[in-house]
Amino acid sequence: MRATYPAWQGKPGPGLRLAKAVALVVIVLLVLFPLWTVVATSLASPQDVIANGGWVVWPERFTFGAYSEILDGGVVTRALLVSGGVTVIGTALSLVCTVGLAYALSRPHVYGGRPMLLLILFTFLFPPGMIPLFLVVRTTGLFDSYAALVLPFLINVFNLIVLRGFFQSIPAELLEAARIDGAGELTMLWRIVLPLSKAVLAVVSLFYAVAYWNRFFEAIIYFNDQTKWPIGTVLRQYVTGGADLSGDSTVTSAPQSTQMAVVVLAVAPIVCIYPLLQRYFVKGVLTGAVKA
Amino acid sequence: MAPGALYFLVFHYGALFGNALAFVDYVPFLGLADSAWVGLANFQQMLGDPQFWNAVANTIVIAGLQLVFFFPAPLALALLLHSLVGTTVKRFVQSVVYLPHFLSWVIVVALFQHMLGGAGVVNGWMGEFGLGAIHVIGNPDAYKPLVVAQLIWKECGWATIIFLAALSQVDDQQYEAAALDGAGWWRRLWHVTLPGIRPVIVLLLILRLGEFLEVGFEQFFLQRQAVGPEAGEVLDTFVYFTGFANGEFGYAAAAGLFKGLIGVALVYSANRIAHRLGEQGVYRR
Repeated sequence: MRATYPAWQGKPGPGLRLAKAVALVVIVLLVLFPLWTVVATSLASPQDVIANGGWVVWPERFTFGAYSEILDGGVVTRALLVSGGVTVIGTALSLVCTVGLAYALSRPHVYGGRPMLLLILFTFLFPPGMIPLFLVVRTTGLFDSYAALVLPFLINVFNLIVLRGFFQSIPAELLEAARIDGAGELTMLWRIVLPLSKAVLAVVSLFYAVAYWNRFFEAIIYFNDQTKWPIGTVLRQYVTGGADLSGDSTVTSAPQSTQMAVVVLAVAPIVCIYPLLQRYFVKGVLTGAVKA
Repeated sequence: MAPGALYFLVFHYGALFGNALAFVDYVPFLGLADSAWVGLANFQQMLGDPQFWNAVANTIVIAGLQLVFFFPAPLALALLLHSLVGTTVKRFVQSVVYLPHFLSWVIVVALFQHMLGGAGVVNGWMGEFGLGAIHVIGNPDAYKPLVVAQLIWKECGWATIIFLAALSQVDDQQYEAAALDGAGWWRRLWHVTLPGIRPVIVLLLILRLGEFLEVGFEQFFLQRQAVGPEAGEVLDTFVYFTGFANGEFGYAAAAGLFKGLIGVALVYSANRIAHRLGEQGVYRR
């Protein structure tokens, strides 16, 4: 089906259309090509990679050797499990806490609601610095505990505001009617508010999950025990040049195809859930932007 | 509600008290309360520290480059996407350009090394065409353009969302009237499109100015080592390396607090300017 141009615009000339098409192709390639060569290199045999100078665009001899090597119960396997666990548990906890707080703040006449909102927004303006936060994490005894990757990031103010904004847009009459029927706050939240908010909840969960999955820096400063590192931290050690502050490089330089396989595994979960939730993005981002 | 409130109390307001670190000569095994109170000495040390000023200068230069090159890029991309009439192509391009936003900086840096590094894809091609290798990764002179390019690659697509939404709000009748008056594409862009989305542009510009010093941490943390502190140090990495590498926690906290306070002042003044210009700004009064 051909889409039609608005009458006032007329059909653009062939030159302009060609220029547009070229621009689009270039942009799409700029994004996809690097990802593609990484996948290709991870699937190529080490000899081919070396022969070509460290990378390939098309693997001539397919092999899953790199994957079976790193998934064989080593550092990367454990890191993937850590990241997966932190992501699932963290996202669930974050969702429960964010929903609870956002719902409370979205209801009129909640005792202390207004000052609380202001106090929360203030933290957005003046976030805690890295060093003070480090001190808090140490004082609360979260060192070397997976909780250090979750608790300091439990609620994201942006996500909170997005949810609160959405909850506020639910007609008050609905909730009033439920209250008359004898529903308590929790019932109302569970039976009315949440079912209406599926789209925005999907977006917020995606944001949380991606943030947990991608977190790497905190493990460097909060964990002495490298066996607890999540995938991002391992990836940094493996790929983007290990010998750095964190000192002893326990991982020696791995062959290119192995390195690229780690990159692929770190990206794969995101690329997999991305299309499922994509249609909700715009809605979620804009609710937040308008209400904030 | 209670766990959420507790969270903010501990990790945000608790951490605010942690800023008291900035005023002590912190000795880890003594703890905060027993470390010697030194008043503003940490701040004095900071003001006389050439490394600190180097970090400030780098931060300002990078933030300036981000403003000039990264800020208009999504607007241009949004205009391009908005001009497409075929929804299939538009959807596809949108899904592709949003994707990098969800990749972590570790991955983005790894991809850039893979593409542009000494043994990377681009240098492979350069060799094939008989051209010399280009040194982008690990080259202090190329560092600042490189980090801006990385930011554009990662966030440009995502940043179009808000511009696209604004563009779809512009009244079609205005375009029609302009076209009837004989306005070409450029003049319609200049007199209809841009004024129509002006509030959004101003809002985003203010947000950016308010966060001028927030050039990002992880990206710089990952790549500072390769180019050395002189080219690669920004304020956030300065705080990190002073605190964690040199163990000067009090001093690092002072630098962090300094940056935070400047940040608040910037947001506040940016908002004042917005109100004066008759725009809504970030928060209402």
